[in-house]
Amino acid sequence: MKSATSGTVFRACDIDKSFPGVQALSAVDFDLRAGEVHALVGENGAGKSTLMSIIAGVQKPDSGQMCLYEQQYEPNGRADAEAHGIRMVMQELHLISNLSVAENIFIEKLPNRFGIIDYDKLNGAARKIMKQVGLGDVDPDVPVRLLGVGQQQMVEIAAGLSRRCRILVLDEPTASLTDREIELLFTQIRKLKAEGVGIIYISHRIEEVTRIADRVTVLRDGKVISTNPTSELSVSDIILMMVGRDLEHEQLRHGSKAGQVALRVVGLTRGRKVRDVSFEVRRGEILGVVGLMGSGRTETMRAVFGADRPDSGKIFLYGAGEPVEIRMPRDAVRNGIALVTEDRKEQGLLSALAVRVNISLTRLRDVSRFGWMDIAEEQSVADRYIAALGIRCSSNEQTVGELSGGNQQKVVIAKWLYRDCDVLIFDEPTRGIDVGAKFEIYHMLAELAEKGKAVIVVSSDTKELMAVCDRIMVMSAGRVAATFGRNEWSQEKIMSAAFSEYVGV
Amino acid sequence: MRKKIIKKSIADLPAFVTDYIGMALALALLLVIFGLSARNFFTLTTFRTIANQVPDITIVAVGMTFVLIIAGIDLSVGSVMALAGAVLGLSLVEFNFPLPAAIVMCLAVGILCGAANGLVIVRWRLPAFIVTLGMLEIARGGAYLVTESRTIYIGGPVEVITDASILGFSLPFIVAVAIVVAGQLVLSRTVFGRYLIAIGTNEEAVRLSGIDPRPLKLAVFVLCGFLTSIAAVIHTARLSSANPNAGYGLELQAIAAVVIGGTSLMGGRGSVVSSFFGVLIIAVLGTGLAQIGAQESTKRLITGCVIVAAVILDHYRHRIRKSQKQVLVSAKAKP
Repeated sequence: MKSATSGTVFRACDIDKSFPGVQALSAVDFDLRAGEVHALVGENGAGKSTLMSIIAGVQKPDSGQMCLYEQQYEPNGRADAEAHGIRMVMQELHLISNLSVAENIFIEKLPNRFGIIDYDKLNGAARKIMKQVGLGDVDPDVPVRLLGVGQQQMVEIAAGLSRRCRILVLDEPTASLTDREIELLFTQIRKLKAEGVGIIYISHRIEEVTRIADRVTVLRDGKVISTNPTSELSVSDIILMMVGRDLEHEQLRHGSKAGQVALRVVGLTRGRKVRDVSFEVRRGEILGVVGLMGSGRTETMRAVFGADRPDSGKIFLYGAGEPVEIRMPRDAVRNGIALVTEDRKEQGLLSALAVRVNISLTRLRDVSRFGWMDIAEEQSVADRYIAALGIRCSSNEQTVGELSGGNQQKVVIAKWLYRDCDVLIFDEPTRGIDVGAKFEIYHMLAELAEKGKAVIVVSSDTKELMAVCDRIMVMSAGRVAATFGRNEWSQEKIMSAAFSEYVGV
Repeated sequence: MRKKIIKKSIADLPAFVTDYIGMALALALLLVIFGLSARNFFTLTTFRTIANQVPDITIVAVGMTFVLIIAGIDLSVGSVMALAGAVLGLSLVEFNFPLPAAIVMCLAVGILCGAANGLVIVRWRLPAFIVTLGMLEIARGGAYLVTESRTIYIGGPVEVITDASILGFSLPFIVAVAIVVAGQLVLSRTVFGRYLIAIGTNEEAVRLSGIDPRPLKLAVFVLCGFLTSIAAVIHTARLSSANPNAGYGLELQAIAAVVIGGTSLMGGRGSVVSSFFGVLIIAVLGTGLAQIGAQESTKRLITGCVIVAAVILDHYRHRIRKSQKQVLVSAKAKP
């Protein structure tokens, strides 16, 4: 192997790739130097994933050339690319949930003697790598399915880091990581950099990119808009190039007209994840909920919605003196509570079915007569929401699974807008969504509050919440650590509250 | 180039035609092959034989289609049919019930067995495969118990059902076709059918949309039991007797027919009319092979191959449909 130099290790020239009806990449040039972090940014559908899958050998370009260490590089499948030292950690998890953490990390080369796995060696090696990514307190023997999403992501990354490579591709690695986990990841990236590994880093989080990347390439509509050293760019420069229009982190809300208390939760408890949680939201108000991964944010919202049965606690609605009994999501919805879940694909969408079917699902009674579907009415309802939310699809008959992440999320939101609930809970509504769609969704939340709905938004992105919320509740280790009003909060205060329950334990 | 034009003209046809055209072509192909190779295939007798054979399995296949759509399975249909038939025979012969009362008893057995399946599956969240496997044994045991392991000869009282005919079609055949049509309409045109497809696609998403899937799933198993007991009436009438061994292996025949019709075992996708085509294809294949003198062993071998071939074809049909869609999408995207 060559020693680490600052020379170019990889170069792609004039890459073209088209799919039926879409020019995914046109005349794309891209290069990577040894020991460099090269960020690739762009809105969803800009062509990042296509470019990466070509580099990783999953797809072949229509035309263009690639060189690896000055030699022609034409990967024949992913295994071939890996044999050339190109590793990819994908956005979607590829873990085998019933196998242990250690087995997943070393799945391609399990240490064994005549086919019998050497568990001591395996777990020892795994522990070493896990410590590096901050999974030191996790037992390598535990099945992956028992870990949270954030930890699973770290296992995926650990698996990528464990293999010797010359080029490492990280596709949205921080999508479900906490700030602390992100720091650990960055430490690892810097270490790999020092060893001369070239890293391609794809992320929607521009702040992160400006911190970790040496150079940034912006893609838009399959074309390279620019490649610059990060030091020459500001966050707003990058966003401007990505979307082609100016989107500042503007203040979306100017004073609220909070009305009656719509939802009051008292002493909600479920296992060790949700401990004696009390809070309230008023009509016309947006309450943000932040917390580290595993702080019980999602679990709290699921318990309010009846998706999981709480052990104890009361829920009062719309100023009523008597608590409501919510035993399952059906009861919550009947009482006007909606939950847009964190995991769109698994919990929100009927991916194999049409947009129209997804939107009408929550209120089929209104698009039917005596149990008989009124398809024409259903289509007109769907078209109304497609237009109102700007859902990009070929027609209301298109399968939801074919839409981009942002548009899928809009379909989920449309489904709940159609149900016309009074309390709307959004769990990570902008996760894995491009900048443009993010802002559209936050505008939508502001609009809902204007209309007198009570809105709760759970998010890992504190800055986004600060732009849109009236109050922010911080959770830590299953408890409410603090609640800040609009003029009281700062990023530091919020972060220290988020860590408060973990300190000294 | 020509291929593209054909593809496009297929895409322009209404969906219900493209959905069934493949099945109809396969059936027509079989008819032509047997018509050419067996001398007496195209006769009234042949078609009457087939029309007599299929009503009970058709009705069971309709119930099975619904169960498979919600990603379930019902292995108990054969045994439940035997038990329901036995109760029908017993009611007529031992207790001298009038036919309508005996039929009510028979249908009640089917509904109860379906409800038992559904309740256990929903209440304890158990896999339908295991629960209905248990019911397969229970109902078969029940059938032996009530008949004391003997065939009950009924004769005249039930033969009125098969003897009745309208426009040359026997009553059972008409009932079966009516159930197919009704089943298809329920599946594709009602709120109930929509919920079932949604549950089969992603049950958790349905639950989190504020819909309780449990009563719907229970209803599907009850429906399957109910349809199975209707099939039991027809089956018993055809044989003029109630046999505790009736419906042996019926569950697998029904699943085969439904799968040939393109219904997915993973749930969320399927069609009742296609299941009917599946039943017809198996029946024509069986009758045709018998007429050209094939042994039972050969018949089963070939039927097995057809099942596997049908599933492979279905796989490709879906890929073509998908690429068609993409072509349509891109055509629409360009102004």
